[in-house]
Amino acid sequence: MLGWLFASPAERRLLGEARLRGPTAWVVAIMSFSIMIIAAAGLALANTASVLSHAIQARYSVEVPGGGANLDPLLRAVRSAPGVTAAQAVSESDMRLTLERWLGPAADSPDLPVPALVNFDVGPGVNLGAIERRVEAVAPGARIAAHSEAVGPLLRSLRVLQWVAFGLVLLLSAAASAAVVLAARGALDTHRFTIEVMHGIGATDLQVTNLFQRKIAIDAFVGSAVGAFAAALVLLLLSAGAAFAGELTGGATLRAVDLLALALLPLALTALATWVARTAVLTALREAL
Amino acid sequence: MELGKAQCLGSTAGGRQLSDIAEFDSVGLRYGTGAEVLRDLDFSLGQGGFYFLTGPSGAGKTSLLKLLYLAQRPTRGRIRLFGDELTEAPRDALPQYRRRIGVVFQDFRLIRHLSAFDNVALPLRVAGTTDEKVEGPVREMLAWVGLADRASARPPTLSGGEQQRVAIARAVINRPDLLVADEPTGNVDAEMAQRLLHLFTALNRLGTTVVVATHDVGLISATPGARLIRLENGTMVDPTGALKNPPRPPKGSA
Repeated sequence: MLGWLFASPAERRLLGEARLRGPTAWVVAIMSFSIMIIAAAGLALANTASVLSHAIQARYSVEVPGGGANLDPLLRAVRSAPGVTAAQAVSESDMRLTLERWLGPAADSPDLPVPALVNFDVGPGVNLGAIERRVEAVAPGARIAAHSEAVGPLLRSLRVLQWVAFGLVLLLSAAASAAVVLAARGALDTHRFTIEVMHGIGATDLQVTNLFQRKIAIDAFVGSAVGAFAAALVLLLLSAGAAFAGELTGGATLRAVDLLALALLPLALTALATWVARTAVLTALREAL
Repeated sequence: MELGKAQCLGSTAGGRQLSDIAEFDSVGLRYGTGAEVLRDLDFSLGQGGFYFLTGPSGAGKTSLLKLLYLAQRPTRGRIRLFGDELTEAPRDALPQYRRRIGVVFQDFRLIRHLSAFDNVALPLRVAGTTDEKVEGPVREMLAWVGLADRASARPPTLSGGEQQRVAIARAVINRPDLLVADEPTGNVDAEMAQRLLHLFTALNRLGTTVVVATHDVGLISATPGARLIRLENGTMVDPTGALKNPPRPPKGSA
């Protein structure tokens, strides 16, 4: 099955031994680099969305527009409600600190009505209506909001970005394939005479194709490996940033299975390039007698 | 049955009956939309025969050879080779027949970046012969054509005559059933021409059918028993074979 990969020295001499003369390896290297970076970004986004989605799925907030006068009874009421697994109040100082990002020093003004906020997590199948009634009894006008509603647009954007990354990986793979087809046709033109002579003395299309397939496979593998290595370096350099993003999103970065998928990408790209080259060469040879 | 077919060209050699190695039946050939370069070719070549193909330049000799060595399909008519109908044979089936044919091209068609050794070894390697089994026959063949010391030389560094000899060595290394040569002595001196002719006749004696396109009357006359195919304007003339075994040139003439 992989016999074509192991050509004898005489077979290698048929197309000349010089390698990496053409731009194929470099084009594949650039594509491989771009695919790795985009795929890594896509996977990180997917993980981030997953972690975020999981974290906020059961999280709600009680907001009391009037302020924090009833914060302690409210917190007790929420904690004692059936189905609530955890609850914590957001202190007024934390709220003002958050508001300071938008309002500046005005956030410290005593005239500013700072709402009281209690975050709580619920277990599965909880009766939110019962919690709402308890909260209403302690703090009339309080409002319960699901975090998933607030973060929903962000999650949808993350999912869209994931698909965009996936689409870009496919597009770049297609572009790499197109480059390989052009390279294969160029190689056929360059070696047209050799091919004619080989056909003339009884070489089959498969024998001729194997020579080109091997050559392009090696170029594609070298290009993929170089691109992947460069991408790995860039990803390592960005790892500090990724760690920062991980803190924001609860530690979502690249998992072992993601790293394995990324490591397999250069091999997949090589296999794709080899298959495309084989098909292109066989198709072109069939046009001859 | 009309005259001009097997009866005339392939019937006997040295008094023995020959079976046909190639049969052309009303064959015509045109390139693209141009006029036919070969018309109504009706003949057969007997197995083990020795044939000269002659005719003026542009008569269609090279086109006829291309049909013989399966580089071209006829645009009409039928061709049988080695007993098989190949006119519309799928292209995947052709390599096995091509391996039985040795071709000496007018322009040598040597691969420039390969050494003389590798050029001669190519048919063996294409046929799947291992490198260990290639070495001996190729060295022997190169020695026979006087190029033993030029085995590692590449074609651009060889003279026209040397390239011609490499091309001939490549054509016969597989001991083909059919040897087709297009002006094989065009670039060699008289002595080498004689040696090549001896090689061809030796192969012929071993059973190889030989077809040589040439203008060289000396070559033809030095091969008694050979048959003559003459082409003019894409058609065969003298299908009765009256021109076979032409008289030797008078002694002392060039």
